[in-house]
Amino acid sequence: MSFSLYVEVLIQGVLSGLVYGLMALGLSVIFGVVRVVNFAHGEFAVLAMYCAFVLFGLAGVDPIIASIPLAIAFFVLGYAMQRGMVQPFVTRPQHEQFILLVGVALVITNGLLLVFGPESKHVDLPYSFDSYTVAGVLIDKVRVYGAAAALAVTAALFAFFRFTSTGTAIRASADNLTGAAVVGLDVKRLYAISFGLGLACVGAAGSIMMALTDMTPMLAPSLTLLAFTIVIVGGLGSMTGALAGGLLIGVAEAVASLVVSPAIKSMVSFGLLVLVLALRPQGLFGKAES
Amino acid sequence: MKGALSFLTPRSTIALLVCGVALLIAPFVVDRYTLSIILLALLGTYLGQAWNILMGYCGLLSLGHALYLGLGAYASAILFVNYGVGPWLSVFVAMALAIGAAAVLGWLGFRFRIEDVYFSLLTIAFAEIVRIGFDNWSFVGGAAGFFLPVNASLSHQWWNLRGGPLFFYYLALAMAVASLVIAAVLRSSKLGYAFLAIREDPQAARALGVNINRTRFLALFISAAMTAVGGVYLAFWTNNLFPAQILETSKSIEIILAPIIGGLGTLMGPFVGAFLLVPLGSALTDGLRAIGLSAPGVKALVYGLILMAIIAATPNGIWPWLARKLGLEAREP
Repeated sequence: MSFSLYVEVLIQGVLSGLVYGLMALGLSVIFGVVRVVNFAHGEFAVLAMYCAFVLFGLAGVDPIIASIPLAIAFFVLGYAMQRGMVQPFVTRPQHEQFILLVGVALVITNGLLLVFGPESKHVDLPYSFDSYTVAGVLIDKVRVYGAAAALAVTAALFAFFRFTSTGTAIRASADNLTGAAVVGLDVKRLYAISFGLGLACVGAAGSIMMALTDMTPMLAPSLTLLAFTIVIVGGLGSMTGALAGGLLIGVAEAVASLVVSPAIKSMVSFGLLVLVLALRPQGLFGKAES
Repeated sequence: MKGALSFLTPRSTIALLVCGVALLIAPFVVDRYTLSIILLALLGTYLGQAWNILMGYCGLLSLGHALYLGLGAYASAILFVNYGVGPWLSVFVAMALAIGAAAVLGWLGFRFRIEDVYFSLLTIAFAEIVRIGFDNWSFVGGAAGFFLPVNASLSHQWWNLRGGPLFFYYLALAMAVASLVIAAVLRSSKLGYAFLAIREDPQAARALGVNINRTRFLALFISAAMTAVGGVYLAFWTNNLFPAQILETSKSIEIILAPIIGGLGTLMGPFVGAFLLVPLGSALTDGLRAIGLSAPGVKALVYGLILMAIIAATPNGIWPWLARKLGLEAREP
């Protein structure tokens, strides 16, 4: 195998990793603030993929462009979900939160199965097979666009948390809930916004993924697991960790499918998950609990 | 044993006996199709009890029990087809394998204090690693599946778990009853109280001298071994095994539905849950088929909605409520 092939695979891994990272970022934001583990994360990603598929089919909207309206729609969905369903669970035992979201996951997957059937779906973009050639290395055009969009959404989210007062308030309540309540922050509203932002990430990421891969409702559980793997490898609750984890898993899977076999690639990431859980349970970027 | 039965009031003894007799004579009363639904519910009861011992009693949420089910099923099927070892013998291999896998999982989980949600994720990851492995391992048939010979001349070899619907029905009934007895005995044993203590408050349990890791290992081993036995049954009953079915996360979810809806940590929960969900599921599928719709997702969709409703409204499941309504509450020990 030539050197340039390795470079190609590496770049491909980085580009996919940015999209994975955005999806995982959503999980991390929800956990970091609301302290609820969104077990239906992959299901929401697949829901976004189907939305993008329908938008493309009906109006010819490029899934990468559709990521912006879908991010907004999923924000609203997440906001409503937190207000109407998840909020009472915030103070309940962790396994009950988990089971609630297992129920949500079942409903989404099977709802999609019911409406769209089990066949795999994909979209044909005019530039699906175009690529750039840089110094003899081929790079898929669609992956570059997808990664750029993912990066833009990620940057917007970071900016929101860093520079707006609502973002700062959310960080404050993630840091010290009692303190936040004492100074008069409306924690319930902040939780709803955070859940909304988490789903906005997954909405955008799912939409972008529709441009990159085929998809079936059955894909959802493995996407959930992928998001968890990334977030745990990076450190649950750490935003930088989610991004770095996405890149790491993206590259690891790309290299594994080149060196070993494509079928084995998810084993590599689960192996990585087990390794990180055992050696550094707080993740590569997480703060150790005292 | 005496302690194990202490929860029974005269009223609930009668109720239990009525259920038992009804299930015993069911094959002579109901048609074959209804019987197959009762069989599925019995199997759901059995697997639910096995899972409930880990989650309901010991507080460890496993979302990867398909792993033990699949290991048990594949081990017995391969030993039977490739080496001629009968299931009554290979069931021990199946249990040993499941315990081995549980030991690795437990070692990682408990040794490195992977708790709560992280533990649940670890169980999923383990099951997924094995599923993908089996999908790509030609010795076990890969994704194309592994099949047991269906041969009419073998059909009465009960010692090879070959038999008609009646045979498998009574076997499922025996397993369901056995699982109830195991759970009842465990609950009234010292080990069972240690489980509950850990579930309620690990720190306090430790302070009282409960060896947390050892106790959790035991819960995991018992649960995994019981699930593996269920896998052996499934292998010989269905005669075909696919990693995408028996090792899939959706299988793990299927196992946990009945005990959660019936009542986590209760003896009758898995039974009540399974006998509610399974008939409901088939009624739904049949009803839709009757009006000319084949909707593969409807059953699981409804299960998901029920799961959400139950966990939101009554997180301890419907059994505690139902028991109160029927006057069948357990006697306080």
